[in-house]
Amino acid sequence: MKTHEVLIQPGRSERHYWRDLWRNRELLLILSMRDVSVRYKQTALGMAWGLIRPLTTMLIMVFVFSMVAKLKGDPGVPYPLMVLAGITIWTFFSTAFTQISNSVTLNSNLVTKVYFPRLLMPLSSIAVSFLDFLVSLGLFILLAIWYRFLPDWHLLFVPFFVLLAVLAAFAFGLFFAVINVKFRDIGQLIPFIVQIGFYVCPIAYTSQLLADKWWYSIYILNPMVGIIDGFRWSLLGGKTYFNPQSLLASVALTGVCLILSVYFFRKRENTFVDDI
Amino acid sequence: MSVITVENISKHYIIDHQKGKGVNTLRDVVSENFRQLFGNKKNQVTTTHEEFWALRDVSFSVEQGDRVGIVGHNGAGKSTLLKILSKIIEPTSGSVRIRGRVASLLEVGTGFHPELTGRENIFLNGSLLGMSRSEIRKQFDEIVAFAGVEKFLDTPVKRYSSGMYVRLGFAISAHLDPEIMIVDEVLAVGDAEFQKKSLGKMRDNSASGRTILFVSHNLTAVQALCNKSLYFEKGQLLEQGETNQVIATYLSKVSRTRLLREWDTPEQAPGNDLVRVKRIELIPEYQDELTHIDVRTPMKFRFEFWNMMDSANLNLSMHLNSLTGECIFNVGTKSQPYGPGVIAGECTIPGYFLNDGSYTISVMIVKDTVTPLFTMEESLTFDVEDYREGIAWYGKWPGYVRPQFPFHIGMLEEAVK
Repeated sequence: MKTHEVLIQPGRSERHYWRDLWRNRELLLILSMRDVSVRYKQTALGMAWGLIRPLTTMLIMVFVFSMVAKLKGDPGVPYPLMVLAGITIWTFFSTAFTQISNSVTLNSNLVTKVYFPRLLMPLSSIAVSFLDFLVSLGLFILLAIWYRFLPDWHLLFVPFFVLLAVLAAFAFGLFFAVINVKFRDIGQLIPFIVQIGFYVCPIAYTSQLLADKWWYSIYILNPMVGIIDGFRWSLLGGKTYFNPQSLLASVALTGVCLILSVYFFRKRENTFVDDI
Repeated sequence: MSVITVENISKHYIIDHQKGKGVNTLRDVVSENFRQLFGNKKNQVTTTHEEFWALRDVSFSVEQGDRVGIVGHNGAGKSTLLKILSKIIEPTSGSVRIRGRVASLLEVGTGFHPELTGRENIFLNGSLLGMSRSEIRKQFDEIVAFAGVEKFLDTPVKRYSSGMYVRLGFAISAHLDPEIMIVDEVLAVGDAEFQKKSLGKMRDNSASGRTILFVSHNLTAVQALCNKSLYFEKGQLLEQGETNQVIATYLSKVSRTRLLREWDTPEQAPGNDLVRVKRIELIPEYQDELTHIDVRTPMKFRFEFWNMMDSANLNLSMHLNSLTGECIFNVGTKSQPYGPGVIAGECTIPGYFLNDGSYTISVMIVKDTVTPLFTMEESLTFDVEDYREGIAWYGKWPGYVRPQFPFHIGMLEEAVK
């Protein structure tokens, strides 16, 4: 039997943290499965909620923006399809972001009673939103068939933008998850951020409408602009507006924030027990 | 070979009395910073910091195969020590070296999710405690049989009785296969029969060379299970050695009689934001101008607390324990709705009920008859002295209680001379 030696000292977080994280991948899977199976327990409609929410949001958007405000979509693309693509990726990002931000506080009963790499909590909370995302994507496919819309090779880029959305949600969510442990204000703040984000990001409209505004170069600093536009662009066969410059901002900002927030999380995770 | 080496471990907390209302909010921090920026000195908030050493300079080592009991009062640092050894909290200074796979059992059914079924929770809890899925699958049937929940495997655990819940939780941890096992008070729950079974299981495990660290208030359990013991008091390790010797020291240092505890203001009183203890008192009705409690003495137990909730269904539950931590009885009041204010409960323990010995009283404030809001363990301690009349025998009267139930004796049939 190989001996497994551990040294516990102040300020010395686990030397083999990342290896530990890998070793605990089964726990990650089980925690994810827990969140998924608990999600729709004791609801009559169950998984159907994953369909109902994006569908109604889309219908409202189509009604308000297309019929009332008479906004125009990108040429050659049905407006409902454009909106649903935006809603799909945005809902994925925002629920993942919300779940990650709350992951540590929601699991406080574990934090105080058992050791495991704390990063597992935010990681496992992504699963639920990913499942909802798949459902919503299925809805998109149905709608595309309805409109007889045929995507093309641009589809190859979809996984890239989805991954970028996860990384962005993780980068920002992780930061809030740490602060949330000490300041529960975050719990109040998050829905507010998500609500503002819905209008700030090009979901119900195309960012082409803003391309000639003087503040457009500031607008594309929002990392979600590049992700949403890019996702829509790859899903709708390159027919929608997509500015590669905005993608640059997304990648750069997400990368920097990810490194910073993982560092921040690692630095603070040993104090979670004392603050929670 | 020593498997655990603890060197000069300390854990230090700073309790902040100014903000001390639980969770900080951003507003508090922001407004305080503003006050410090613009406020003149008179306006400054006085913040008193209280230092608190949960553990101070603790060193010991544990040999492979030792079963170590950890005893001491509440707040002596036992749980802090276990949490440091389990890597849940970081020590402020010092170091610990552990050789071998550790499983910590600080709670029965850690991570159990009420909505999930028994089956799902076995996997969840097992992997939280460090078992792999294949290990769990291998032991699955045995776990289920040990817990005796075969019929309810696919029922959400929220529908389990508390006994089933505890049995399932313990069954999982009993089937862990670590080299070192850290156990905190888990035997305090569950019925007596199951406790015996669990204790037996733990002893079997240790026979196979496993090291066990065991915290318990139940000294009988510690004596039954552990060969070595550590005695903690106020964060310091007072004595270590053979279990019997350590427990003898512990019992001799236990402050004997404490019949009254009282707090003037809610701020100093033990409790939380919902309820705080005001006064706990045991009033003996001494007989024959006596000044001590003996087996004849009826006692009145009085408990007062502040309720801060607007309206809540509350009841009190009182546990009377032997000095070794075994509960002798538990009585509860009716649950009734109360608004904010001071609430008092009174219970009479009749004379000719308790046997001679030392006892402690714990009180629990319960909401809606299910949720314990606050538990004050070992709030009072008292001795009951022996008293006998017309009995020439002076040996120790056996049992925890010495009731005088009607017990008649008479000649049924006289023998014919």
